Amino acid sequence: MKTTNKLWIGIAVMVVLSPLGLILPDHLKAGSAWGEWGSEEVKKMVGYVPEGLSKISMLWNAPIPDYAFKGWEEKGLTQLSFAYIISAAIGIVVTGALMMIIGKILFKKKE
Amino acid sequence: MHIPDGYLGPATCGFFYVVMVPIWAIASKIVKRTLSAKQVPLLAIGAVFSFMIMMFNVPIPGGSTGHAVGGVLVAILLGPWAACIAITVALVVQALLFGDGGITAIGANCFNMAFVLPFTGYYIYKVVSYGSSVSSARRAVAAGVAAYIGLNLAAILAGVEFGLQPLLHHTADGQAMYCPYGLNVALSAMAGEHLLIFGWIEAVVTALAIKYLQKQSPELLREGEI
Repeated sequence: MKTTNKLWIGIAVMVVLSPLGLILPDHLKAGSAWGEWGSEEVKKMVGYVPEGLSKISMLWNAPIPDYAFKGWEEKGLTQLSFAYIISAAIGIVVTGALMMIIGKILFKKKE
Repeated sequence: MHIPDGYLGPATCGFFYVVMVPIWAIASKIVKRTLSAKQVPLLAIGAVFSFMIMMFNVPIPGGSTGHAVGGVLVAILLGPWAACIAITVALVVQALLFGDGGITAIGANCFNMAFVLPFTGYYIYKVVSYGSSVSSARRAVAAGVAAYIGLNLAAILAGVEFGLQPLLHHTADGQAMYCPYGLNVALSAMAGEHLLIFGWIEAVVTALAIKYLQKQSPELLREGEI
């Protein structure tokens, strides 16, 4: 089998296993990554929400925030894991396609 | 290590965009010269691999989470400039589609994870594996060492960027405008958790991947030379 095909299979396995990145932290009661807290969490930790932080953190409304569908914040781990897998699939298609397009543009100029 | 919007002030965000634009331009030029169109699929796999591995959040029980970046592996296989572009693409998609990392912080996040990380890792790998054969055990060890140092350096830089904010921007009564933690807290948190845990994940993943490729696809380890 071609090397790239083998590597794509590896990526597909990663997609299927990706909910581990959601479930393990949940089971071990681990919170956000350091410095990646929401405004509410910051308020709990330091007693106030820094002025610039509250303004700029609202700047961008990602379509699939935190690899979960909008309005699914309260759903259980099973649904969130499903959303995580779908997010991974969307992510690899978009990332892979974008990289292929950039590659096409780069090497087209060469000829 | 994905700095969100609102944690870095405009000066820091602007500074890193200004630093990254020429790096991206040089990277495009060098990749165009050193890689060929037939390596584009591998470049896409590199970007996708980096995207995927960052979804595997590793917990510190009762504490925070972190993850590997996979960037040193991409740098070893395709060279640091190609890795810079591949990781940038992954980080941009994460920021825009998934809100993972801020759009104002794309410059800073790319400087840490798409520039410092692959370049540090690549050159450490080159030094440690110098003169070794493609199938030697030293290659896998070199990859692990390179990955560990690369990820930690990126984390330390993120810690410095976070920690400078209270110094740079605060209100008249001393409240922080952006990241509320200073250098002592930010740097020790970022350096500590990556040196103790997440750095090892990057090291093990990278070393195992190289070990696997030594057996399965040794031709990949001969490429990526500049």
